[in-house]
Amino acid sequence: MHKESAIRDPLILGDKSYHDITVDVVGPIENKAPRAWYILITIAGLIAIWGLGCVVYLISTGIGVWGLNKTVGWAWDITNFVWWVGIGHAGTLISAVLLLFRQKWRMAINRSAEAMTIFAVMMAALFPGIHMGRIWLAYWVLPLPNTFGSLWVNFNSPLLWDVFAISTYFSVSLVFWYIGLIPDFATIRDRMTNPLSKKIYGLLSFGWSGKAKQWTRFEEVSLVLAGLATPLVFSVHSIVSMDFATSIVPGWHTTIFPPYFVSGAVFSGFAMVLTLLLIMRKVMKLESYITVKHVEYMNIVIIVTGSIVGVAYITELFISWYSGVEYESYAFINRFSGPYFWAYWAMMTCNVVSPQLFWFKKIRTSFLATFILSIVVNIGMWFERFVIIVTSLHRDYVPSSWSMFYPTWVDIGIFIGTIGIFFTLFLLFARFFPVLALNELKTILKVSGEKYKKEDH
Amino acid sequence: MASTNKTVRVIHAMFDDDHRILEAAKDVVARGIRIKEVYSPFPIHGLDPVIGIKRTRLAIVAFMFGTTGLALGLLGMWYFMIDDWPMNIGGKPSFSLMENIPSFVPVAFEFTVLCAAHGMAITYMIRNGTLPGMTAVNPDPRTTDDKFVMEITSEENPDMTSEGLSSMLKNAGAIEINEKEIAVS
Repeated sequence: MHKESAIRDPLILGDKSYHDITVDVVGPIENKAPRAWYILITIAGLIAIWGLGCVVYLISTGIGVWGLNKTVGWAWDITNFVWWVGIGHAGTLISAVLLLFRQKWRMAINRSAEAMTIFAVMMAALFPGIHMGRIWLAYWVLPLPNTFGSLWVNFNSPLLWDVFAISTYFSVSLVFWYIGLIPDFATIRDRMTNPLSKKIYGLLSFGWSGKAKQWTRFEEVSLVLAGLATPLVFSVHSIVSMDFATSIVPGWHTTIFPPYFVSGAVFSGFAMVLTLLLIMRKVMKLESYITVKHVEYMNIVIIVTGSIVGVAYITELFISWYSGVEYESYAFINRFSGPYFWAYWAMMTCNVVSPQLFWFKKIRTSFLATFILSIVVNIGMWFERFVIIVTSLHRDYVPSSWSMFYPTWVDIGIFIGTIGIFFTLFLLFARFFPVLALNELKTILKVSGEKYKKEDH
Repeated sequence: MASTNKTVRVIHAMFDDDHRILEAAKDVVARGIRIKEVYSPFPIHGLDPVIGIKRTRLAIVAFMFGTTGLALGLLGMWYFMIDDWPMNIGGKPSFSLMENIPSFVPVAFEFTVLCAAHGMAITYMIRNGTLPGMTAVNPDPRTTDDKFVMEITSEENPDMTSEGLSSMLKNAGAIEINEKEIAVS
């Protein structure tokens, strides 16, 4: 039971009881999947298989099949890596930061946002792995004793910091997600009649019984994990940005990178959450839980982070001129007027101009407009990483080594493939897992239910 | 405890509202009856002090795991980078921990969080008795949906009479009362 202002719209619409919440969330798991689900998973699965095929081809042939060259050694691979990691920032931000700020509206979206985070980080982790070329030696990034090579890994290198940051982020997010899932799996276990699914959900629920002491511990663990995950979210993308910022490449060597990357990550993560949730609420009939209020709040986060990103772009541009470093200023002149000008202006339009439309209440409360703009933001954020990586590399200090990057079908195939794998995983999640944190939602039902408000408590 | 065949009476009183079970628990405890357990589909705030549950110390566990992680992380980095094979990489020598600390901050932080989070999560699982393969003990499948059950045993309350207790629980709003005799050796 929590306190809530009487003039606010309730968080859960439609006069639900505790049992209704269980039925609404567990129903789609018990019943047969709708035909749309089969169609979607077939498409996503085929794309995923295609992507995996491309990965196998890449590994068995060598990364020469990518469009990389001596000048542009990082291109789509690292662009995709940063893009996916960025998307993976929304889930933990929603569940951890909003938990610390006591934003109860997070409860309707945190479960699926966390699932999205985990799948996105998995996709991200794929890219540095396959970029190594010899993926079977990937364990060399771990600090292993000398028998494996002759040296320890370099702890002064941001690339190694990344190994620790991404693996910590992934495993802590996974644990956070699963601890929240345990009581909900218990709910499903106790409702299932089919012995096989009862057995499976029984195993997944780890024997959760809902004792008072268990719940006390549950709340404490959630709070402490949120406290730990909050600085973690900010550290991960800061460290990703240091992969670039600690180098001496003009266009990368910028102190503004950590906050700029973090807000960009939240920006793209929220956009992806909106893309997924707007479809999910319709298909799974969750309109009472994921309401226009949730969409509006997320759009406000998008305006804020989008504006921070916009300010960062302009600051970068200004500093490149103001610093008086000719390499730095050339890097930026080349960005907006060089051969990749179209990528720069696509980024500017999608990330700086389009989110400003959310200042209009009509637009930020419209599902269709939000859906379209969320995809626009995702495209824009992909271009941001492409612009940062490729336009900085393709023309650096020595004009004789200037070059261009052209993606091959393998570059494109793997990128499209990860989108397929991501959606396959998300569809499986939506089919077999509780997509809302149903037991948490029950705690905000009481005062936010319309009936309770009508009774004028 | 005597080795004769002893039985324990277990009373499960079911409620359909979190507020009502909280009020009932206060009532029951005020009459000197101890409540063994409460099963609920979600946390009931304010219940713990009523039924005598102390605050969990898991946060302290997390802190201890965190400091262990920090110490291990720094020790490891000192050994790898400073002690075992110091190198000068890119004009940045690794000859003393103090000089290298700034570049060790990220990994030290990540490792602290890693140890604190996983250490606490594992402790939580063990203390809770929720591990893979464990079986649930909630008395009724509805307690993970929308019902709340209060468990009272004769073991803890040797001189309770079931009639008096039943009528009291009924008055407090219990919708169902189940009584069981469980043999204990």
